[in-house]
Amino acid sequence: MTRFAMLSSILAGLFCSSATFAAQAPPPGDAERGKAAFLRYGCYTCHGYDAQGVPGRKLAPNPLAWPAFSSFVRTSPGEMPTFTPQVLPDQDLADIHAYLRSKPPTPNPATIPLLQELGR
Amino acid sequence: MKKNVSSTVDRRKFLAGVAVAGAAVTAEGARGAILPGGEETARAPSATRPSTVLAQAEISTRSVPGPADGNPNLTKGRPGSDFMLDVIKSLDIDYVFTNPASSCRGLHDSIITYGDNKKPELLTCMHEESATAMAHGYFKVAGKPAIAMCHGTVGLQHATMGIYNAWCDRAPVILMTGNSRDANTRRPGVPTTHSVQDPAAMIRDFLKWDDNPASLQHFAESLVRAYRIAMTPPHEPVLIVLDTDLQEQGIPDGAPLRIPKFSVPVPPAGEPNALREIARLLVNADRPVIVADRCARTEAGLKSLVQLAELLNATVIDQGGRMNFPNLHPLYARGSGGVAQADVVLGLELTDFFGTVNEFIDNTEAQQSSRIKPGAKLISIGTGDVFIHANFQDFQRYQPVDISIAADGEATLPSLVEAVRTEITPARRAVIEKRGQAAQAAYVQSKQQMRAAAAAAAWDASPVSSARLCAELWPLIRNEDWALVGRALGGWPQRMWNFDKHYQHAGGSGGAGVGYNLPSAVGAALAHKEHGRLAINIQPDGDCMYAPGAIWTSAHHKIPMLTIMNNNRAYHQEVMHLQRMAAWRQRRMDRWHIATTIRDPYVSFAKLADAMGVAGIGPIETPADLAPALKKGLDIVKRGEPVVIDVVMQPR
Repeated sequence: MTRFAMLSSILAGLFCSSATFAAQAPPPGDAERGKAAFLRYGCYTCHGYDAQGVPGRKLAPNPLAWPAFSSFVRTSPGEMPTFTPQVLPDQDLADIHAYLRSKPPTPNPATIPLLQELGR
Repeated sequence: MKKNVSSTVDRRKFLAGVAVAGAAVTAEGARGAILPGGEETARAPSATRPSTVLAQAEISTRSVPGPADGNPNLTKGRPGSDFMLDVIKSLDIDYVFTNPASSCRGLHDSIITYGDNKKPELLTCMHEESATAMAHGYFKVAGKPAIAMCHGTVGLQHATMGIYNAWCDRAPVILMTGNSRDANTRRPGVPTTHSVQDPAAMIRDFLKWDDNPASLQHFAESLVRAYRIAMTPPHEPVLIVLDTDLQEQGIPDGAPLRIPKFSVPVPPAGEPNALREIARLLVNADRPVIVADRCARTEAGLKSLVQLAELLNATVIDQGGRMNFPNLHPLYARGSGGVAQADVVLGLELTDFFGTVNEFIDNTEAQQSSRIKPGAKLISIGTGDVFIHANFQDFQRYQPVDISIAADGEATLPSLVEAVRTEITPARRAVIEKRGQAAQAAYVQSKQQMRAAAAAAAWDASPVSSARLCAELWPLIRNEDWALVGRALGGWPQRMWNFDKHYQHAGGSGGAGVGYNLPSAVGAALAHKEHGRLAINIQPDGDCMYAPGAIWTSAHHKIPMLTIMNNNRAYHQEVMHLQRMAAWRQRRMDRWHIATTIRDPYVSFAKLADAMGVAGIGPIETPADLAPALKKGLDIVKRGEPVVIDVVMQPR
């Protein structure tokens, strides 16, 4: 696949067909199994134990909708390796997505006094 | 066995004599008497040096035989290594980092007896790579070189990765290595195994200069030359071989020895016509961007860059090889993404201009793309082209530029500032001011983004996040005269703290050789100690485990430093390479942890520190426990001692 074609495919996955994908509910997944898979496949080494990102992309809370998420994982155009179903089975990926959906909201920075002292 | 002789010389008078720095001196005569130099004196001596006879008598060691002494086992005349030490002292070198070496025994003895282990003082190191890294870190804070003294062959080979880091990072470490060149006088067995025809051959690809002096006069000239070469930008390591016979044999009667005059070299600065052309491009640009890597090494350099940026209201991307620019300045930026909209990019002492303006994605198609707009003008000022070797590829890919000035960035900045000031017209001033307003607005927004990012980056999670650690530490140090001597932990310190002094950060290893951070931090903390600064080292656990003996060195020499062990229990950067290989080859993706993690068992860094005489705290595993541990650690450091706080952290 050429780079252009691959990028087009991903963009389609991320944006162009969002109306179609939005209607697609994520497959059934288990958050506990997803957490184990998140660790087992080493996702956390770039995205953090809590999927907070740094240096990788922030994944949670509020992860990408399933179609965009699965498209990105399966056809990553960037530094992240491409995780095909052969190396990361569909069920494991669905579990990981369930784990990401389970993460609680991040705190409001305005409510953290320590943060107000920074950058000054 | 050597015997002592009585002393009637006042010790303080002697020390006042040997403390003279930078003087040209002459050693001569039957007893190796040293007399003050005349016409070649670089800096006027504040005191007259004592004769060697008086000096030796004062320190109660026997190197000058008495008239009736016919013992063939005694050194005849003044030891050669005493003269070597005189040369070292003339260069105002404060420290010699070393692991003890039989091939350097003559000079070792001279330093601790004849020189009383003062200026230079020996620092006991556990590995030659650590010794080299300490000298490397020391230079970047002190602004002057130290010596890393290595045993012949094996010691120098141990030092090689440290030397390569110094080479890549442009740090003028003065290396010395012992060697027995004369097969007829060298000891058989191990000393012969450790001898070599050409000691520098193994590292010459990343040395700026080296010599293997055949006489003491040759040594004097070569060491002064080596110092001068090392301190002329681009600063790089140099090597002088210490021949064992030269160290250990007495100075022959009547040998006229002279220490050459030393003068600090003036760095090469940019040519005025070329600077005017650069100034025109910068002033007339709509989006000029300045990128600096190893540019500012002094307060003056930092201020000059601020002047240039403010004249132009140009964004400054600080790549962090040195502390080039205050991080809370509205024009400060990190990351190379900022060059994308630039119409003129000024690179100051960039090692990797190609990597600055190009992006490379490590995927099967090895995608490479330009970050900059077509037609953007590229300007380079730096010493990278002044001195270069062919073999090792630290010079990076070739990047064509529109104007290239082979000159020292810091030395060139004042002239460039004036040239820019001259070029600014009223019309361009209006454009520049408008650009400044936009930068100010973006700056305010960036602070809000930073706080939101810190809150979102696992703020309350265990293990502790990098953002949380840096946020907890800042209120405890902000009113101190602090300096970060270790790595920058994902850039969070630069996003959160206020770096406004040139010594507050000295960049990384240069060669990305793991094992640099801990010993270089010790060397940097040593340089900060004399200024009473609070040295903070955020220490990667994997780096520490290369040569943890540097912790002992900090304890033994009472070097205060707050070390926070960034204990993420793996070499995480390597993990994605294995994931990438498995992905490309369609193989199982769950075995990446083999040979990349530091677990089963975990390392207890608090116990490791305790075992080396350094207070160990931790492991700290939750954010709530951070502040009390940090306060406790800071109390210890303020008493003048090192401390290690083991913090279990998120992967990056």
